[in-house]
Amino acid sequence: MTGMLTFLAGFAVTACIYAIFALALNVHWGYTGLFNIGIAGFFAVGAYTSALVTSPVPTGVQAQYVKQVIGLNQPFLVGVIAAGLMSGFIAFIIGFPTLRLREDYLAISTIGISETIRLIFNNERWLANGPQGLVGIRQPLRETLVAYFPPNFYNFFYLGLVLIFLIFIFVMLERGIRSPWGRVLRAIREDEVVPETMGKDVFWFKMQSLVLGAVIMGIGGALYAHFARAIQPGVFTPLFGTFLVWVMLILGGSGNNKGAVLGGFIVWGIWSGTAFFIRQVVPVEFSAQAPFIRLLIIGILLIVILLVRPQGLWGEEKEVSRLV
Amino acid sequence: MANLIVSGIILGSIITLGAVGLTLLYGIVNFANFAHGDMMTLGAYIALFLTASLFPALGIVDTPIGPLSFGWVTLISFIPAMIITGGVAILADRLVYRRLRNLRVRAIMLGIASLAVAFVMRSIIFIVWGSDFHFYSQGLRNSWKLPLGINLRPDQLVILVLAWAMVIALYAFLQGTKTGKALRAMADNRDLARVSGIATERMITLTWFIGGAMAAAAGILIGIDSQLRPEMGWILLLPLFAAVILGGIGNAYGALVGGLILGVAQQVSTAFLLPSYKPAVAFIIMILVLLVRPQGIFGGGKS
Repeated sequence: MTGMLTFLAGFAVTACIYAIFALALNVHWGYTGLFNIGIAGFFAVGAYTSALVTSPVPTGVQAQYVKQVIGLNQPFLVGVIAAGLMSGFIAFIIGFPTLRLREDYLAISTIGISETIRLIFNNERWLANGPQGLVGIRQPLRETLVAYFPPNFYNFFYLGLVLIFLIFIFVMLERGIRSPWGRVLRAIREDEVVPETMGKDVFWFKMQSLVLGAVIMGIGGALYAHFARAIQPGVFTPLFGTFLVWVMLILGGSGNNKGAVLGGFIVWGIWSGTAFFIRQVVPVEFSAQAPFIRLLIIGILLIVILLVRPQGLWGEEKEVSRLV
Repeated sequence: MANLIVSGIILGSIITLGAVGLTLLYGIVNFANFAHGDMMTLGAYIALFLTASLFPALGIVDTPIGPLSFGWVTLISFIPAMIITGGVAILADRLVYRRLRNLRVRAIMLGIASLAVAFVMRSIIFIVWGSDFHFYSQGLRNSWKLPLGINLRPDQLVILVLAWAMVIALYAFLQGTKTGKALRAMADNRDLARVSGIATERMITLTWFIGGAMAAAAGILIGIDSQLRPEMGWILLLPLFAAVILGGIGNAYGALVGGLILGVAQQVSTAFLLPSYKPAVAFIIMILVLLVRPQGIFGGGKS
């Protein structure tokens, strides 16, 4: 029974982290119309930054096996903040050449930056231990909690922590999107020329949206790193890092934060559930192919949603100013 | 260095084959096809099925010609593989993209759909052929030692000839035939083409076929040059887009120059960087182009 509960807590933690990514993508795509298909890159930057900031420099025998450029030995929250800032900084750099141009240039550039980030972490061993990645990433309050509670309990604590982040981000975004600032973003999404003629600096608003979404993605990456405790470049592939998040947002309903969170939970449920199901159905000799059957299902799911219900399960709600 | 430039020209010729189709689709169907790389992979694996499974089952076995590592069977497999991949591209258009066009969604939604199509194609390739490397033939890969330290494999000479034959044939078609002219007119201005009486939906179907067939040819050529693996097309997607942007979106002649520049730049970069950084090199070139001349080398004034 407790085993099942611990498993469910682990599932919920990952679903919450994906919901955070879906909320971030909703800022980009749902509210501003920015086509970001490089979520994996911001995810990776957040995860690696927080891991490097919170871990100590390896010493003794470990130093021979683990190479990392820095180890600042800082607390968890400092790592999360650093992850958000670093990810936002990368978004700022990438936004400069692309946000003034046609919208698909941003898409291609985000693929480029996420692939480049993955290649750098994979090839530069001095930076963060290359393909082996970093292991033993520290978890907040773990030592204290394990001293008083059974080890299984930690997942529940971490779930509470991630939920606090999720709720905080959700509330902030809801407020932001209902503010005049949020209305400018949605106006940009509908037709850039209109806000431009109203005297809004469209480029600058798009930049703010891009950086804000990237900061949230970086925070999500940090939360992932401290939950998984081990990260390698192989985690941050276009499939896990980017494509799943897109399916979540489109299925849940882009332009609606509630839809984004809902989509995060549903798609992560489908993804984990099919793993379980396929293991039962597919013969052992085809077990190597099993993950790709899931990918096929998710890919077809996205196409079907786009064709049948493009607004998603919980589509955008009509918004008017509170003052009207 | 001369060796790297030569291998860059070979890689660039293959990139051009893919980029020409991508730029035509960009200009005519008006969206970024993120499934183009995976269409290359699909074409390569269809040819693998023909040379390694179907023809041997019919009792036809490929024997290498002269110094080449492959024989007639591989060469003949180009035709059905290109036709089938072109058909798959048309099928994807019918099942997905045309329906989305009829729903009058924004063009960028087609981009998202193409991402889904890319993942569907790749997962099918993974399921059917697995994640291991494959080769068309086990034949010996000879190499000629030429002056200036150039190593050229006879296979690569064939790749060069085939790639250029196909590119030239396509350009002759675009330049010399009425249908080709209609295609270029559509890439230029779709509404104007439609009022001039050009059957735009038929042209879109034709563009998908050309794009799919050229992508398949590019995929097979990569397979002959190195090996087949399920991510081979995805790795080339960035260079393809970089070539298209460098040459100006929708401009088939620009894609040719862009493809060659990208191929040479990527190969020459291996003198200073790890070869696995090649996609990153393509990305940096693309960012530089976007900063300096976002309409591309041959792009007109419109942006």
